[in-house]
Amino acid sequence: MRQYLTKRILSTIPLLLFVTFLAFILINLRTSDPAEIALRVNQITPTEEMVQSMREELGLDEPFLVRYKNWIVNSLQGELGYSYVNKKPVLEELQLAIPPTLQLAGATLAIIVFFSISIGILCSIFENRWQDRLLRGFIFFLSAMPSFWIGLLLMWFFAVYLGLLPTSGMNSPQSIILPAVTLSMTFLSTYVRLIRNNMIQNKHENFILYAKVRGLNERTITWNIFTNSIQSSLTAFGMSIPRLIAGTVIVENIFAWPGIGRLCVKAIFNSDYPVIQAYIVLMAVLFIICNLLVDIVVVMIDPRLRREAK
Amino acid sequence: MSFFRRLQQDKLGIACLMFLGLLTLAGIFAPLLAPHDPTLVNVAVKLATPSLEYPLGTDHLGRCLLSRVLFGIRTTFFYAFLAMGVTILFGVIFGMLAGYSNGKVREAILRFCDAMLSFPSEVMILAIVGILGPGILNIVIANILSKWAWYTRMIYSSVQQYRSKNYVKFAQVNQGSPFYIMRKHIASGIAGEVTTHSTLEMGWVILSISSLSFLGLGVQPPTPEWGMMLNEAKNVLFTNPWQMIPAGTITLLVVIALNFLGDSLQNAMNPQAYMINVKQQKKLLRFGTGRKRLNVNIESEKS
Repeated sequence: MRQYLTKRILSTIPLLLFVTFLAFILINLRTSDPAEIALRVNQITPTEEMVQSMREELGLDEPFLVRYKNWIVNSLQGELGYSYVNKKPVLEELQLAIPPTLQLAGATLAIIVFFSISIGILCSIFENRWQDRLLRGFIFFLSAMPSFWIGLLLMWFFAVYLGLLPTSGMNSPQSIILPAVTLSMTFLSTYVRLIRNNMIQNKHENFILYAKVRGLNERTITWNIFTNSIQSSLTAFGMSIPRLIAGTVIVENIFAWPGIGRLCVKAIFNSDYPVIQAYIVLMAVLFIICNLLVDIVVVMIDPRLRREAK
Repeated sequence: MSFFRRLQQDKLGIACLMFLGLLTLAGIFAPLLAPHDPTLVNVAVKLATPSLEYPLGTDHLGRCLLSRVLFGIRTTFFYAFLAMGVTILFGVIFGMLAGYSNGKVREAILRFCDAMLSFPSEVMILAIVGILGPGILNIVIANILSKWAWYTRMIYSSVQQYRSKNYVKFAQVNQGSPFYIMRKHIASGIAGEVTTHSTLEMGWVILSISSLSFLGLGVQPPTPEWGMMLNEAKNVLFTNPWQMIPAGTITLLVVIALNFLGDSLQNAMNPQAYMINVKQQKKLLRFGTGRKRLNVNIESEKS
């Protein structure tokens, strides 16, 4: 087990290096001169000398690999550079934006887990009867809707028409409901389908037949099927956490939620590269770490894989 | 039963195919069908509700919504096809190269793909748009770059599968050039799978293009595009909720049709999945010798 863990953790290092290097190259491939942009966003018409001194200030006149090394070392120390627009440290901006996004992602995850499990179980109990079809059709319909459209429809119905919930912003605890529901719609259908199909597959396994023969009641049997079906969904849940956080971009912009998605889109409009770069690296690292954790958890849960890992 | 016969029996699939076909035609003939110029501003009739003159009403600048939806087909379909086509092209080229070459080239391509896939595509798209700047062509490029690795891997594994087939080995023994074998034997084999996947993926591409346009990062005004129309509708949400209905509905219908069509293609492509759909299985099992008959059906399908 320990051997497997070290191997798996070590294997992420080249990946992390590659991803950061890619992000660094991509940022350096852009057509416009960052020194010039840094001047322009502050409404200064750049002259030749000013661009030159700005380049030195931003450390852009050093060789490529040296800059990459400096950047990595600085990033590890938490120095992610300064935003071109308001001159604040990028780290500070991220610290302000990450908690709201995590709240939103957490609330969304709770909605996804609750509804996908309950609907998945219901669908498998009523396998291929009208209840199953109705639920699946409804979920499918919701998942095909563009998320920004669901957001607008929900906002109109609950905030404008019924006046029950706030339209946007993050002023009261209720304001998280609409963005979280909107975000969960995209993911719900995948998990409902996954849990339903797993449950149906497990229904025909021998251990369930045995449980039936033993005369266990329906509820215990369903519970047995469920605990056996949840394993493969667990991987998918873990994988979808970074995807969820990346998916907040649209929802945060509709509902004016002050998270990292909104920060990133604002940065794109302003060509604020340090912020974009920090966002990309943050997301990539998050994705890699989540993958790692999921892999480890899966091995720990499944005895068969644990033996193999030894 | 051939592929087309099976597809023909799938009424839902045919309906979706017809719907998408009609929509494409409507997009091509948009100038003839549209009652008004989609970019013609007429503030006198702004935010009108549906009427005979404006069947779907008008937007905040008095532009005809029906005309904008019709011309929006062109924008959406054109860029989605462009993104999909180039992605598949890259996937086929690199996938075949990896599948047909040995050693270093294959390893290099596959490792690079793995690394690319370690970025979630949503972040990848946002990253590329962030670097290249807003604009529809940049979104198309971002879509291609974030998806080609996945297609390369998929095509690579199909090529591996076909390479071990006897007729490909026979062609190799007969000194067929690798290029000829790839074109003649392998390309025809993987075409089906690629079509199915790209149909399913098309809905995703359309959604990604219109979401980014919704954020203002994609298609720039005044070009009509559904996502952007919804962005404009958002500003008048409080007073004129009708604005968001036409563009939203058409996007939803297209995505649903593409999903259903993709499923139908998959079923038609794969006779076994088609035969063992649960309903049929149950019906056969109910009449005694079902299981045996089912197996016989599958056997005759294979041969």
